[in-house]
Amino acid sequence: MPASGKTLEIRTSPHILSGNSVDTIMFNVVLALLPTTAFAVFAFGLAGLLTLSVALASCVLTEHLICRASGKPTTIGDWSVTITGLLYGLVLPPALPLWMVAVGGVISVAMGKALFGGLGYNTFNPALVGRAVLQAAFPVAMTTWIPGFGPDRFSSLPSSTLTLPFTQPTVDAITAATPLAAWKFGGETTATVDLALGFISGSAGETSSVLILLGGIYLVARNMMNWRIPVAIFGAVIALSGALHLADPSSYASPAFMLLSGGLMLGAMFMATDMVGSPMTARGCYVYGALIGVVTVVIRIWGGLPEGVMYAILLGNAVTPQLDRWFRPTVYGTRSKEAST
Amino acid sequence: MRLLGTKTFRHGVHPPESKDETSGLPIRQFPFAPLLIIPLVQHMGAPSIPEVAEGQEVWRGQRIARADGFMSVSMHASASGVVRKIALAPSISGRMVPAVYLEPFPGSTQEVLDGTPCPLETSTPEEIIAAIQDAGVVGLGGAAFPTHAKLKVPEGKVVDTLIINGVECEPFLTTDHRVMLEQSDDVFMGIRYLLKVTGAEKVIIAVEANKPDAAAHLRERFPSDINGTVEVLEVKYPQGAEKMLFSALLGREVPSGGLPLDIQALCCNVATTAEIGRLLPKGRGIQERVITVTGPAVRRKGNYRIPIGTPLRFLLEYAGVAEDVNRVFLGGPMMGAAVSSLEISITKGTSGVTAFTDSAAERTHSQVYPCIRCGYCVDACPIFLDPALLGKLAANEEFSVMAEAHNLMDCFECGSCSFVCPSHIPLVQRFRASKAAVRKAAAHKAGAA
Repeated sequence: MPASGKTLEIRTSPHILSGNSVDTIMFNVVLALLPTTAFAVFAFGLAGLLTLSVALASCVLTEHLICRASGKPTTIGDWSVTITGLLYGLVLPPALPLWMVAVGGVISVAMGKALFGGLGYNTFNPALVGRAVLQAAFPVAMTTWIPGFGPDRFSSLPSSTLTLPFTQPTVDAITAATPLAAWKFGGETTATVDLALGFISGSAGETSSVLILLGGIYLVARNMMNWRIPVAIFGAVIALSGALHLADPSSYASPAFMLLSGGLMLGAMFMATDMVGSPMTARGCYVYGALIGVVTVVIRIWGGLPEGVMYAILLGNAVTPQLDRWFRPTVYGTRSKEAST
Repeated sequence: MRLLGTKTFRHGVHPPESKDETSGLPIRQFPFAPLLIIPLVQHMGAPSIPEVAEGQEVWRGQRIARADGFMSVSMHASASGVVRKIALAPSISGRMVPAVYLEPFPGSTQEVLDGTPCPLETSTPEEIIAAIQDAGVVGLGGAAFPTHAKLKVPEGKVVDTLIINGVECEPFLTTDHRVMLEQSDDVFMGIRYLLKVTGAEKVIIAVEANKPDAAAHLRERFPSDINGTVEVLEVKYPQGAEKMLFSALLGREVPSGGLPLDIQALCCNVATTAEIGRLLPKGRGIQERVITVTGPAVRRKGNYRIPIGTPLRFLLEYAGVAEDVNRVFLGGPMMGAAVSSLEISITKGTSGVTAFTDSAAERTHSQVYPCIRCGYCVDACPIFLDPALLGKLAANEEFSVMAEAHNLMDCFECGSCSFVCPSHIPLVQRFRASKAAVRKAAAHKAGAA
């Protein structure tokens, strides 16, 4: 028996917790992103490494400084801003001037996250907010792509990377069209195997569908990602693009191409599934995913841009609160009442 | 362990079961404490009226207090001894309650005084209900609701199914498990009384899949004169909540704000049933109950038959507690109430005593993060509330919105939401406080009108 001076803690039940924690979930998302990140560096060499490093550093530093400035303990330890930084870097063209990368990183965290109230309150995916601002501000730089796997990618940089702030980037002699742009503006399609494995041009981390998928499967297996969202997105994309492709294969790309090209895989697995911006109920998640899938295909086919995933997800984020209201589960014991009244 | 095809409800959580250390230990008789403090409020409802005086000698099993109205039950002496005083004593709620201080005679035996029997065959349902009330029977699962009050089927209502709850989904606790194994005859006798009282056509004994021995034992011994089955349910918390049992076994939902009688069903805890079957034929009253004493801080864990009124300090001294114990609660870790004083006594509603050490408690000392809308709580809530939204409303003290627009009062405080929350937001804790605020406001309104 303990000594009489021993104090007992009093708190109300439950006295045990599942052991899961926000920082654990966020850290696992970071882990799941690592293969994709490594492939981005492998494919785009120094340019990829610098883009990702500056993206990550600008995001993390911004969050840290904002916490400091508002007199609160820093929140970089919860790993959430690390995810934002990685995702933001992964959706950028790898030869983007680094000063633009840094500006977008600050915008992602300051405007996309801190302004809304920080973790848990950011209506929109912060990484996509940063990317959307860059897309509007620097449309040319944001659609200038270099080919992956250049022979001297680990020894030299594209000339645009080190452009001085507020000057026009010089466009490299060697640029490459992304599969989506090649299809949209040139009518060319890319081999499905190349799309899946990532031997294509594109944003730093959007090229290897297989690695992205692996990361997603890891998170689903650990119950840290809502599988309904990517499943609904893929389902909607396959259904809509498949129907169009069947009707007119010469004008509409195949569902496989639609699934594996552009930012769809990364967006569906890692950005649309951001817990903060997605619905909380199963039915809400299906509708949210389907909406994102349909809007993506519509923008890609009929919109002015070759890629629409970013806007589709931001739109999904925007309607999430409404979806939560519409698809609130029926409370136990209220079904019969509703039926009788 | 999850058996395919076992019945269950939707949602819920899977806390570690932590039952292995005591589930194999037979029920053992606990010794008498030097002084038993028997509270006169051990049930939901009015305090019992004492029938003994200071200095009076009483027999073990003798009635020492009678019910005060229908929502009250009798109390019985848990040992032969002398009533030292009738005075206030601390209780788990933190309030002082009237209690009988009983000093057992030295060498007091386990012999129990018999009363007027209530034979199954010749007694009317009304007589059985009165006998259950006089035996002091309350829900032994923890709620301590007077059992006879639940069993009285009002005019115009019919009960077709009686469910005997042997689920025991609360981690650590193994009392119902042992009762099913060791007192199956009492359980079946209790069922006969309950079927007669309620007029139910059939009985379902519900057992969670982690007690296959209990299910097999009950099936083997199931008497041919009882129309019923033993159903094995998936191991999931809070499977043992009666609302969950009705949806899992009958596919029926108790209407919001309604009673099981509204869906022609009744549920009774298996230990309560066993007590009815054990006590009524001899006209005895509850003077002891089976309690699991367990947890990382307890040295001699076990399932004990403990006299009502045993002070918690005596119990823990007898069972042995580690030096670094820092939390003790009555019941299990999911819904048990933390103890603020070791001077409180074991009552009829105490199903377990669980003690944690510093190290075992660490998991609850985690940092609180903002809600990240992960939806784990939405997927956990067995009655399909939106705990995330309710939690935010509670933080803003929007109690009436919570109650009127978001079914706060349907929350039965199982704690699944708090258990899964990765942000460690005290959700169910906020809901308890919110419900109290809503009740207070309603009472205030009623008083003003």
